[in-house]
Amino acid sequence: MRYLPLSDADRSEMLRVIGAGSIDELFRDVPAELRLKGPIKGLPMHASEMAVERHMAKLSRKNLVAGDVPFFLGCGAYRHHVPASVDHIIQRGEFLTSYTPYQPEIAQGTLQLLFEFQTQVARLFGCEVANASMYDGSTAMWEAILMAHRVTRRTKTVISSGVHPHYVSVATTMAKFTGDALETANPQLTAETDADRLIAAIDGETSAVVVQYPDILGRITDLTPIADAAHAAGALLIAVVTEPVALGLIKSPGEMGADIVVGEGQSIGVGLQFGGPYVGLFACREKHVRQMPGRLAGETVDAEGKRGFVLTLSTREQHIRREKATSNICTSSVLCAMAFTAHMTLLGEKGLRQLASLNHARACEVAERLARIPGIEIVNDSFFNEFTVKLPVEARPAVHAMVERGVLGGVSLGRLYPGVDALENGLVLAVTETVSDEDIDALDAALKEVVR
Amino acid sequence: MTVNPSGWRPSSPANAQGEANTVTGNRALMLEEPLLFEIGSTEQTGVDFADLPKVATRLGGLERSHPIGLPGLSEPEAVRHYTRLSRQNYAIDLGLFPLGSCTMKHNPRLNEKVARMPGFADVHPLQPQETVQGALQVINELAFWLLELTGMPAVAMSPKAGAHGELCGILCIRAALEARGDKREIVLVPESAHGTNPATAAFAGYQVESIPADSRGRVDLDALKSRLGPDVAAVMITNPNTCGLFEPEMKAISDAVHAAGAFVYCDGANFNAIVGKVRPGDLGIDAMHINLHKTFSTPHGGGGPGSGPVVLSKALAPYAPLPFVEKDGDQFRLVEEETAGEHHSGTFGRMVAFHGQMGMFTRALTYILSHGADGLKQVAEDAVLNANYILRSLEDVLDAPFAKSGPCMHEAIFSDRGFAGGISTIDLAKALIDEGFHPMTMYFPLVVHGAMLVEPTETESRASLDQFILAVRSIAGRAKAGDESLKAAPIYAPRRRLDETLAARKPVLTYRETETAGS
Repeated sequence: MRYLPLSDADRSEMLRVIGAGSIDELFRDVPAELRLKGPIKGLPMHASEMAVERHMAKLSRKNLVAGDVPFFLGCGAYRHHVPASVDHIIQRGEFLTSYTPYQPEIAQGTLQLLFEFQTQVARLFGCEVANASMYDGSTAMWEAILMAHRVTRRTKTVISSGVHPHYVSVATTMAKFTGDALETANPQLTAETDADRLIAAIDGETSAVVVQYPDILGRITDLTPIADAAHAAGALLIAVVTEPVALGLIKSPGEMGADIVVGEGQSIGVGLQFGGPYVGLFACREKHVRQMPGRLAGETVDAEGKRGFVLTLSTREQHIRREKATSNICTSSVLCAMAFTAHMTLLGEKGLRQLASLNHARACEVAERLARIPGIEIVNDSFFNEFTVKLPVEARPAVHAMVERGVLGGVSLGRLYPGVDALENGLVLAVTETVSDEDIDALDAALKEVVR
Repeated sequence: MTVNPSGWRPSSPANAQGEANTVTGNRALMLEEPLLFEIGSTEQTGVDFADLPKVATRLGGLERSHPIGLPGLSEPEAVRHYTRLSRQNYAIDLGLFPLGSCTMKHNPRLNEKVARMPGFADVHPLQPQETVQGALQVINELAFWLLELTGMPAVAMSPKAGAHGELCGILCIRAALEARGDKREIVLVPESAHGTNPATAAFAGYQVESIPADSRGRVDLDALKSRLGPDVAAVMITNPNTCGLFEPEMKAISDAVHAAGAFVYCDGANFNAIVGKVRPGDLGIDAMHINLHKTFSTPHGGGGPGSGPVVLSKALAPYAPLPFVEKDGDQFRLVEEETAGEHHSGTFGRMVAFHGQMGMFTRALTYILSHGADGLKQVAEDAVLNANYILRSLEDVLDAPFAKSGPCMHEAIFSDRGFAGGISTIDLAKALIDEGFHPMTMYFPLVVHGAMLVEPTETESRASLDQFILAVRSIAGRAKAGDESLKAAPIYAPRRRLDETLAARKPVLTYRETETAGS
C-alpha cells in the first residue's frame, strides 16, 4: 500500500520491541466479540493511483462544467478567473500540510498570512478588525447574530428579506435551539428593498438588523439610514456580503455604519467547488473584539524583540473556556483564506477596481440586452454584477429548458423559494468578467426561445 | 521601507550562538519577509484585464469615494512573498507532526489532483440537478463508505468541520427528544473531552456537567450511571478517548444511557485508531462525527477547511439536517427544503448554505478508494503499532501514567512528572522544535499533569519514529537534569518564543501604517 511505509519486517520487529505477540494484542481493550476479523466484507480492496483516478475522472465527467458553457449563476457563489499562481501558493506543502498555528515559532508563515488576510478583510469591509475566517458566509451570519446578542444582551433580530434564503434558513434553524427571535420575510420582485420595513421593525428590544449588500436579487441599498435607526434604538447593524468583488466599486458597509460585517469570501481566490469549502469573512468594531468568535492572529515580539505573530485572545475560545466560549468553532477555513489573500494581493486595489468595473460593465450590457426581449422585465434599478429579471413564464422550467440549449442561464427564485407563487417567475443572473460576447449571444437566444 | 522591517536590528547583541549578524536580517535559507503592506502598492497589480467597455453605472449612487488601502504585488513579487512565508512553517511534508488527537498524516497528492478536476472544481452549487449527477454520486459513494465503516444506518454530510458535526449530532438529539415531548436540559461530558464538546452542548442550549475519569484514564462508569436520570439528554464520549485509550465498557455505557432515555454522542476525532477494526454502530452509539481532515487525510491547510459528516442511529436519522442526497433508480437526487416535506418532515433544518464540503468529499473518497477495506484496516493497525512503539520506547524516560494498564491506541500520553523544578512540558516541546520536529499536543487532556499527547499516525516510517524517539529521550534527560538552556528553546526556529501576553494585552489584529507592537 503506497501510503504506508512500514514493511512486514518492520511490523514484526516493532511488535518485538513493544513486547506484543500480535497486532491484535494491541487492540485487546476492544471486546473480542466486537473486533472485526478481516477487512469489512463486500467492500473493494485497495486500488492503484491510476485506477482510482480513472474512477473519479469518470464521475467528474458526469457534471456539466461551468467553464464549458455560457454560465450566469450567482446567488452566493460566483465564478471568477483565479490566477494560476494562487493555486500554486496554496499547494505549497508548508501551507497545505500544516496545522492550526499552535506553535508560533514554526508557523510564522500561516500567522503572518492570516494577519495580512485580517487586514485585507477589515479594509475591504470598512471595519477596524477581522478574524482569521469562519466556515462560510451562512455560518458567519449566524455567529454575527449571536455576537450581537452578547453585545446588546437582547435576543430579537430583524432580518431583511434580501438576505440569501439559505443563510436565513441556517439562522432560523439555529434560533430554534437558542431561543433567539428572528423576524424574516420573503423578498418582493420590486426595485425597492425593504429598508423602510426594517427601520419600522426596530424597537427597544432589537439586538440587530441584518441586511445583505448587494442583496439576493442584486439590489444595492444605502445602509446609512438603517444603521442610524438601529443605533438610535441601541441595536447593531449586521451587513452580509456574498460578493466581495462588489466592494471594489461600491461603498463598504463599515463606511455606512455597519457594526459587524460578515460575508462569503469564495468569489476571491476560491473556486465554485459545488458549494464548499468556502471561506466565511467576519469583521467588526475593535471595541467588540472580545465578543468575536473564531481564531485571531495578532502581532507581538519574540524573546529577541523581533516582530512575530501568534494566535491571540484565545480566552474567548472553546479549548480554554469550554462551555463558556463565544462559539464552539475550532477549525476555520485557513487554506481558503490563504487563497483569498493571495488573489487579493495579486489584484491589489488597482486590480480589484478593474475587476469590479469589468463585472459591472458586463452586467449592465447583459441587462440592457435582455430588457429588449419582449415580456422580460428587469426588476432592479441598481445592481453590481447580478440582477433579477421577471419572465412571462415560470423561471424554474425555463432554467431547465436553457440547459437543454447548452446554457446555464441563472438561478430561478423557484429553486430558492419553493412554493412562493409571487417569486416563481423570477430569475437571478450573475455576469462576471468570465462571460464572453458569445456567451451573451447564447443567453439572449436561449431566453428568447424559452419565454416564447 | 527599512532594510529590515522585522523590528530586529543588526546592532542587537549577537544571539545565543554568537553567530555573526547580517545586514538584511536573513540567514542563508532563513529569509525575513516584510508584511505585504510594507512592500506592496495600491497602484501595483499582478493581474491583467481587458479594456473596459464604456457604460453608464447603475450602482444606486453608492460608488466608493475613498481609497480602500489594499496594496498589490506583481506576480513574481507575490509568488516570492508567499513562498518565503511558507518556508517559515513546519508541515507534514517536512517531518513528523505528532499532534495528539489531530491525526496529522500524509496528504496524498492524488486527492489534490482529483479535487481540481474541472468536473468537481468548476461546478456551481445551484446548477440544475441533471447537470451535477457526478457530484451527487460522489456524495452518495462517500456516504456509503462512511456507513459501512461505522456500521451506522444514516449520515448527514453537510457539517463543515468536526465541531460543526458535533453540533449537528447534538441538534439531532435535541430534535428527537423534543419530538417525543421530552425536555431534558443536561449534557454529560467527561473531563478529558475536547473543549469543543462542552462548547457545542452549550451552543445548542444545554447545561454541561462533567463526569470524572477513573484511575485507568477511562470514563468512571459508576459515576456516570449514578448521574443518569430524566434530566440528562445526552452523554458525549470520545472513543478512543483523549488519553489514547479505548473505552472497553463502551457498550455498557451506551446501554445505561439508553436505559435512562438519553442518547450517546461519540466524538469521532480518534476514529483513525479503529477504522476497519471495530464499528461504532456495534457500540450502541447514536451519533458520531467523522473528521474527514483527520482519518481520511484531507489537508489541514493551517487550520481548515475541515469536514465533519455525522453518522446517525435509526432513532436519530429522521431528524438529520438538509440537504442530503438520495439515490432514485439510476439518478441521484438532492433533497432540499421543498422535497423534504414528503418523507423527511422531522429534519431539524439547515446548517449551511449549499451542500457541505464537496472539495473535501472528493479528496476523502479518493483516499478511501485508494486504501480499500484492507488498506483502511492496515491504517488503524499501523497507527496503533506506531503509537505503542513510541510508548514503549519512551516509558523509561518519561512518565506514562497509563502505560502499565496495557497498550494504547493511536496515541501515547506522557506527563511531566520527574522533570527538574522550573522545567515543564512547554520546554520539552520547544526543544523538540530545535531538533526538527513539531511538538506533540501539550497540556491536553487536562486530566494528566503537564500532558504530552503523541500521535505519530500510520504514515511515519520506523526510521522517522526512531529519530523522534532519540530526540525526545535526549531532551527528557536534560529536563530531568534541570538543564536551564531548555527554557531558551527554540533557538534555531525563525522566531524565538513569542510574547503571547503582550499580544493579548494590547491586541494588534490588523496592520496600521503608524503603529508597531510594543511601542
